[in-house]
Amino acid sequence: MRQLTAIAASGMLLLLLLALSLMLGAKSIAIHDISLALTTACGSADCIIVREARLPRTLAGLLAGSALGLAGALMQSLTRNPLADPGILGVNAGAGFAVVLGIALFGADSPADWLGFAFGGALLSSLLVALTGALGGGRVNPVRLTLAGVALGAVLEGLTSGLSLLNPDIYDHLRFWHSGSLDIRNFAILRATYPAVIVGGLIALLLARSLNSLSMGGDLATALGTRVARTQLLGLLAIALLSGAATAAVGPIAFVGLMTPHLARWLWGNDHRWMLPGTLLITPCLLLAADILGRVMVPGELRVAVVTALIGAPMLIVLVRRKLGRGQI
Amino acid sequence: MNRAMIQAIWLLALCALLAFLGVTRGALPVTAAQLWQLVNGEAARNVQLIVLEWRLPRVAMALLIGAALGISGAIFQSLLRNPLGSPDILGFNTGAYSGVLVALMLFHQTSEIITLAALIGGVLTAALVYLFAWRNGVETFRLIIVGISVRALLMALNGWLIISASLEAALSAGLWSAGSLNGITWAKTPPVIAVLLLALLLTSLLARRMRLMEMGDDTACALGVPVERTRLWLMLLGVVLTAASTALAGPISFVALLAPQIARRLCGGIKGALPLAALCGALLLLAADYAAQHLFLPYQLPVGVITVSLGGLYLIALLVREARRQ
Repeated sequence: MRQLTAIAASGMLLLLLLALSLMLGAKSIAIHDISLALTTACGSADCIIVREARLPRTLAGLLAGSALGLAGALMQSLTRNPLADPGILGVNAGAGFAVVLGIALFGADSPADWLGFAFGGALLSSLLVALTGALGGGRVNPVRLTLAGVALGAVLEGLTSGLSLLNPDIYDHLRFWHSGSLDIRNFAILRATYPAVIVGGLIALLLARSLNSLSMGGDLATALGTRVARTQLLGLLAIALLSGAATAAVGPIAFVGLMTPHLARWLWGNDHRWMLPGTLLITPCLLLAADILGRVMVPGELRVAVVTALIGAPMLIVLVRRKLGRGQI
Repeated sequence: MNRAMIQAIWLLALCALLAFLGVTRGALPVTAAQLWQLVNGEAARNVQLIVLEWRLPRVAMALLIGAALGISGAIFQSLLRNPLGSPDILGFNTGAYSGVLVALMLFHQTSEIITLAALIGGVLTAALVYLFAWRNGVETFRLIIVGISVRALLMALNGWLIISASLEAALSAGLWSAGSLNGITWAKTPPVIAVLLLALLLTSLLARRMRLMEMGDDTACALGVPVERTRLWLMLLGVVLTAASTALAGPISFVALLAPQIARRLCGGIKGALPLAALCGALLLLAADYAAQHLFLPYQLPVGVITVSLGGLYLIALLVREARRQ
C-alpha cells in the first residue's frame, strides 16, 4: 500500500513538474494559455514559445530522464556497485565520441544517424567498462570500476573535444548538443530516439524478477533458475539502448542515473518490480526540476548538466563516505 | 655514473632537441645559423622578435610547468602510495582554475592576482577534498572518489562561471579551459616563475625526508623525521606547484599522473625519482605541446587535449594490469 502511495505521489509530482516546465522560463506563461496552445492551432507569441521551445524541451526531459534513470538503476544492480552511473562510467562519453566520429568520418548529419552511432558507442564503452572491471575475476570491485569509467570518459572526452576543435563543421553540429542541455527546439531528435527508449525500458522492466534473484548473488540466482549470463547480456543491451538514446537526444548528462535509483530504493525497497517503475517516475522529475532551476536561478540560463552535477557530486561524496565507512564497498 | 644519472642525461638531451625544434620550427622557420647569430647578438630584428618574444616563452614555460607538474605528481603519488593519487584526478588543478575564473570575473586581470587566486583555489580544493575524505583517517580510495566528485562539482561550477562572465572573459577562459600554452608572453610569467622556483627549491630540501617516509611512517619517525609536519608541507608544496602552473596554462591533465610513473620505470626504483619525474614532466609537456602545434595544421589544438588522451589511455592500461595481478 505504501508503495502504491509513493507511486501515485511521484506520478502527481511528475505531472506538476511537466506543467511547470511548460510555464516557467524567461517569460512565464499562464496554464490557460498553455492548454490553448497545445489543443488549438494559434499564432500568438506565447503559443509559439510553448510549441517550438518549451514542449520539445519538456518532452526531452521526460525521455532523457526516464532513460538515464533506468540505465543507472540497471548498472547499479548488474554490477552491484552503488556508485554506477552511465555518466560517471563513461558510457555517455562513449556515445558522444561515436557521434563525433560518425560526423567526421561518415558525414552523418541527421538525428537518426546520430542515434545509431550513439547506440554503438554506448554499447562498446559499457562493454569495455564491464570488461575492465571484470578482469579481476568474479566479483567486480566498485572502486576499480568507477576509476576505469572515469579514465575511459576522460580519454573519450579529450578525443571528442580534439576532433571537434579540428573540424569546425563538427563543432557547429555539436555546439548545442555537446553541452548537455534539454533546450533542443526540435522534434526530429525526439521522434528518432523514443523507440529506443521504449524498447530499452521494456527490457529493463521485464528483467525485474531476474534482477531480484541476481541481487542475492550469482550462485543463488542460478540455483533459483535465473539464467545469469542472459540477464547480464540483456541488461547490457538495455543500458546501451537507454543511455545511447538519452545521449543522442540531449548530450552527456552525468549524475542523474546515480541519484534516483538510491532514492527509489529508499522509497520502494530493494524489490526491482517496484523500484524500477519508481525510478522511471522520479528521474524525469529530478531532471525537469534541475532544468527549471537552471532556467530561473540565473539570468541567461544554466545548462541542466551543470545543475545536475552541482546536485549530484555532493551526493556521490555522501554515498562514498557512508558505504566505504561501513565497509560495503 | 649510476643508472638514474644516465637516464637523466638522455632526458636532458631529448628536452634540448625538442626545445631547439620548438624554437626553430613554425610558420616562419628559423635556421640554426640564424639562431647562432642570435646568441652572438647579431641577428636581424625579426628573428629576435620571433625567437625571443614569441617562441622562447612558450618553450621555456612548457619545460618549467612540465617539471612542476611532474614533481607535484611525484609528491602525491609518494604520499598516498598510489599512482592514482595525482593532483589532476583529485581535482586540484580544476580548483585552481576556479580561482582563476573568479579572479578574471571580479578583479583586474593582472598576472599577480590571477596567480594568487589560483593558489587559493588549489589549496582550498585540497583542504576540501581532504576534509570530505576524512573519517577516522584518510583512506586512499575514498580520497580518490571524493576527489573525482569534487572535480565534477568544480567543473560544473567553472562552466557556470564561464557562462556568467562577460563575453571576452568567457571566450578567453573557455579556450583556456582544456589547458593550453597558446599566447604565453614574458609579461605574464614573472609571478608564476617566482612561485614555481620557490616551491621547487623547498621541495628539493624535503626530498630526503620524503624518501624516508616511503619506508613507512614508523621507520621514518624512528629515523628522526617529523612525519605529520613533513607530510603537510609536502602536500602544500604539491598543491602550490599544480596551482601556479594552472594560473599560467589552465588545467593541463595527466602530466602529473604520467611523469612520475615513467620516471619510476626508467630508474627502476625510488632513488633519484624526483629529478627524473621533473625531467619526464618537462619532456612530456614539451613534446605534447609540439605535437599540438604542428601535427594537426592548420589547426592548433590545446595541449591539454593531447595529454588527456595519452594519460587516459595509460590509466586504463594501469587499471587492467592491476586487475590482472589480483
